[in-house]
Amino acid sequence: MPLINKESVKKRMGTRLAANGFAKFLFILATCFSLLVLGVLIYRILSEGLPYLSLDFITNFASRMPERAGIWAALLGTIWVMAVTAPVSFILGVGTAIYLEEYAKKNAFTKFVQINISNLAGVPSIVFGLLGLTIFVRLLGLGSSVLAGGLTMSLLILPVIVVASQEAIRTVPREIREASFGMGATKWQTIRRIVFPAALPGILTGTILALSRAVGETAPLLVLGALAYVAFVPENIFSQFTVLPIQLYNWTSRPQEDFHMLAASGIIILLIILLIMNSIAVLIRNKFHKRF
Amino acid sequence: MSRDKTNQKSIRSMIQENKSSRSQSAVMEKVVPKIFLICAIISIFTTIGIVFTLLTETFTFFNRISIVEFFTNTRWFPFTSDENADFGIIALIMGTLTVTAIAMVVAIPIGLAAAIYLSEYASAKTRKIIKPILEVLAGIPTIVYGFFALTFVTPLLDKIIPGGISIFNALSPGIVVGIMIIPMIASLSEDAMNAVPNSMREGALALGATRFEVAMKVVLPAALSGVIASFVLGISRAIGETMIVTIAGGSRPTADINVTESIQTMTAYIVQVSQGDTGYGTTIYYSIYAVGMTLFVFTLIMNLLAQFISRKFREEY
Repeated sequence: MPLINKESVKKRMGTRLAANGFAKFLFILATCFSLLVLGVLIYRILSEGLPYLSLDFITNFASRMPERAGIWAALLGTIWVMAVTAPVSFILGVGTAIYLEEYAKKNAFTKFVQINISNLAGVPSIVFGLLGLTIFVRLLGLGSSVLAGGLTMSLLILPVIVVASQEAIRTVPREIREASFGMGATKWQTIRRIVFPAALPGILTGTILALSRAVGETAPLLVLGALAYVAFVPENIFSQFTVLPIQLYNWTSRPQEDFHMLAASGIIILLIILLIMNSIAVLIRNKFHKRF
Repeated sequence: MSRDKTNQKSIRSMIQENKSSRSQSAVMEKVVPKIFLICAIISIFTTIGIVFTLLTETFTFFNRISIVEFFTNTRWFPFTSDENADFGIIALIMGTLTVTAIAMVVAIPIGLAAAIYLSEYASAKTRKIIKPILEVLAGIPTIVYGFFALTFVTPLLDKIIPGGISIFNALSPGIVVGIMIIPMIASLSEDAMNAVPNSMREGALALGATRFEVAMKVVLPAALSGVIASFVLGISRAIGETMIVTIAGGSRPTADINVTESIQTMTAYIVQVSQGDTGYGTTIYYSIYAVGMTLFVFTLIMNLLAQFISRKFREEY
């Protein structure tokens, strides 16, 4: 007697193959759904936003009249906040990563720091806004300033930078470290001259991607009390400010159709900024990334 | 002779320099780790800061509104006069959970299907094209998704659903939050499935299984812990999502949910208060911390659960 009943296998083969084909079709459909949504989203924003997009739109201040409104204050506000966030988060993030990868002993404290960072990454951004409101705005008396916003954003993206930097440092092979030690270099010299330069492309890529997330982040700065209607440009880090996403939120939440079109124009600018930042990040990754 | 002298001098000075730089570097060797340690400690202080600020301000809030009322009252009407104000967080929690549930109904099947396609069916070439597009989708700011929900998805639903839908509703932001989470679930699930060794797939294929059977009966069960963890992380993201629900969800907190009507989530309430002119020290001011605390606990539990699942039930090959 044969071990396999060929008749019954043959009978079921058709349905099994059909199920396979059907499932594959469904899986492709699901994948295409995401691509379709992206296409529709970009098409909608371009078709609504292009009419208002002009040089005046970039250089004008916000206005009650849609045809005169612009994003100048918001654009410069975003740049100001990033000017605070970028150095602070870079120094803190890379410092933490170097500590965890190079100096930290394998003990409970290190493990705690590591778990803490991965949990911080999961805290909703709006909670960081509450933290910034209490600590920076009220306790330290910074008010709803560029500095308070920038520091809050730094803490928000810190976990992302730490994890990216750790991964970059980990890819530096042990051999070149040992070669450096073998030539008499101290630990800090090795880190500064060998490990850090080798890991820098990865670190920069991670930092730029984290900053691009901060550029699009709205909620924490809303909670901090960043202004929604601003007709001035920040003069220093203690000035009040608005940022691009908040300006967009303000226009989106108005009922008039014209302001929605303005918001779409602003979204085009925001997406262009993010596209440039991401391209730079990818460029750095592809161009300077060393394989060991 | 004179040349010799200068030479000697320079060697001496070189030794001197070397010594001083060595002592300098010895100092650096000791100081530098401390500086980096301080950087690492700042991340701990961030967590402590979050917990501490939320706790103290929430405590002040519970001095005015009893904690029992906060968790049992189903009405949330803070903006009336003090005696009539209702602070029952259930209304906000219901709003948040509704949006999260809708988002998951969208994100889990589509995200998982995309992950299965990418890891089991797609060629390396297709994957190279689709993955960056998913990354782009993941990188779009939530404010853009919010705009999309309000100006495209809501009008679309209004046409599709018989009887229409109000401008602010739970359905539209729920769907869009789901769309936002698809890339996250897809890429995390795909990572988990990619970790399943090829020998298992090949074994099943050699026994005559179709690709679909391999995916469903071999790969998916083996990668289940990672897949479930990605769902839980997705839920956590949906709970904490702010701008989409603020823009498209409205500001009418209610415990009896109708997805075609306006709702309010915890996050949207916090934004609403910080956009208004609520004075420092009022009950409403403290209420955003109580809501923030609830939100924080919700997401923390989800994140810990995800870590627990992926650690505890991981199958090692």
